[in-house]
Amino acid sequence: MSAIILFSAVSLAQLMLAAAMAIASVRMFRGPRAQDRIIGLDTLYINAMLLLVTFGIGTGRVIYFEAALVMGMLGFVATVALAKFLMRGEVIE
Amino acid sequence: MMQAAADMPVWAAIAVAFFLLVGSGLALIGAIGFLRLPTFYERIHAPTLGTSWGIGGVMLASMIFFTVSSGRLVFHEILIGIFVTVTTPITFMLLARAALHRDRAEGNGNVPDKQNKSQIAKGVSDESESWN
Repeated sequence: MSAIILFSAVSLAQLMLAAAMAIASVRMFRGPRAQDRIIGLDTLYINAMLLLVTFGIGTGRVIYFEAALVMGMLGFVATVALAKFLMRGEVIE
Repeated sequence: MMQAAADMPVWAAIAVAFFLLVGSGLALIGAIGFLRLPTFYERIHAPTLGTSWGIGGVMLASMIFFTVSSGRLVFHEILIGIFVTVTTPITFMLLARAALHRDRAEGNGNVPDKQNKSQIAKGVSDESESWN
C-alpha cells in the first residue's frame, strides 16, 4: 500500500518538475533580453535540484542529496556573477 | 526502494506524498507564471514560488522519508533549504537592479527615474523643517 502511494507520488512529482524545467528552458531560449535568460537559468537549476532530491526519495539513496547541494551552491555563484556582469560589464573589477 | 517503501507505515507514505506533490506543484506553477507574465519586473516574482515552498515541500518530504526509513533523525536536507532561502533574495535583487540600470541607460520602458542627491537633500531638509 505505502509502496504504491510513494511510487505514484514520486512519478507524478518527477513529471511536474520535468515540465517546469522544460518551461524554464523555453523562457531561457526565447526570452527577449539577457536578464530573462539569466532568471530562466536560475529557475532551471533550482528545478533540477528538486528533481535530484526527488530521485533520492525514489531510490532511497543519500548520494543524490550531495549532488543537489553542490548544484545549489554553484548555481548561486553563477547567477550572481552573471548579474554582476549585466550591471557593470565585467565580473571582477 | 521497494524494500524501504514497503516497510514504511501508511501515514508516513501519505505525508511524504503530500509534501512532495505540494512542492513540485508549486515549482510547476511558478514556472508557468514565469512563462506567461508580460513584463520582466512581473516575471521576476513567479519563480520565487518554487524557491520558497517548492524547496520547503520537497525537503520536508525527503526529511520525513529518510527519518522513517532509516529509523534515526535525518535532517541534513535543511542545509539546502536554508541555503536557497538565504541566497534567492540576493540573486533576484541583484538581477532586478541590473535590469533597472539597463532600462534607465537605454531609456526604454516606464521605469522610475533615479533619485539624485539634490532631491534627497531637499527631502531631508523638508523633513527637518517640518520637525521644527
